[in-house]
Amino acid sequence: MTEQLLFWVFAILTCGGALAVVVTQNVVRMAFWLVVSLGSVAALFFLLHADFLGAAQLLIYVGGTVVLLVFGVMLTASGHTIKVQTTPAETLLGCGVGLLLLCVLVFGINSVEWSDVASRIPKAGDSAAVTDHAEDVRLESAVTSAKSDESRDKAKNAQEAVLARRQSGRTLRQLGLSFFGLRPDRNLNQEAGKPLAPGYLLPFEIISIHLLVVLVGAAYLARAKRRVTPGLEADL
Amino acid sequence: MDGVGLEAYLIVGAVLFVCGIVCMATKRNAIGVLMGVELVLNGANVNFVAFSRFTPLGLDGQATALFVVVLAAAEAAVALAIALNYYNNHLTIDVDRGNELHG
Repeated sequence: MTEQLLFWVFAILTCGGALAVVVTQNVVRMAFWLVVSLGSVAALFFLLHADFLGAAQLLIYVGGTVVLLVFGVMLTASGHTIKVQTTPAETLLGCGVGLLLLCVLVFGINSVEWSDVASRIPKAGDSAAVTDHAEDVRLESAVTSAKSDESRDKAKNAQEAVLARRQSGRTLRQLGLSFFGLRPDRNLNQEAGKPLAPGYLLPFEIISIHLLVVLVGAAYLARAKRRVTPGLEADL
Repeated sequence: MDGVGLEAYLIVGAVLFVCGIVCMATKRNAIGVLMGVELVLNGANVNFVAFSRFTPLGLDGQATALFVVVLAAAEAAVALAIALNYYNNHLTIDVDRGNELHG
């Protein structure tokens, strides 16, 4: 019940913030609504048991990227550029196309039976920390099917297992190990013959180099250019 | 079952995606376009994490979402540097005026 309430609050904040980003014309207010929307997305990540990802979202997006954007606004805003309006016809056209796209997406989402799709995916290895919805469903059905008196104990145990499983969201260790190329969430408790699940060591290295190159490139692009006047070249 | 299903999260992701697309298409301010890109990436991230929670895929979705977050930060840094250069050369960040890339 609490989870549902929290989901609705943060879902409405997320969608409302995103809509306000689209509707607002002032760039600084757009940045504020972006903070609201991204922060609520971080809360949705916490609700989805992705604790490290939610924290990273708060740190990197809300603390880093949006501050970068606000600095960009400050460095480029000068009176007339803070509001660059679109014409109403363009806005109307954009909103119409956006609504059509949203209808397509929502009908597409609703027309797929997602529990079927999930049951067709091969199951990962056993680990208490990997939150596993299929296991949730199995335990739930154990709870609801246990009606008679002698199986009430079993039902209670299953209920507690559901709760424990729901509250387990410790993903930090697994994520860190998967970036080193180890997958304890998949490879523990599997049969000897099966191939090991791949980790993320190579993408991790690539993205590290990419980040370094990007930061050097951004500093190079945004450097303050010194105007060189022909007479002063000897001094420089 | 009192939880929220996969569809609800997917619809939130779809709304974020569509808002980002409309933002990219209608804003004439270069930084507004950047904010649209951030919204689109966040919509994708919500989908990744929802699938990693509600299907037996495990942590793969979360790892991918983490890569997306880092790439979005890098993209914002470079795009802001380009926007600053553009502003220095044109004294505006109206993307409609940026049709003279030669020279």
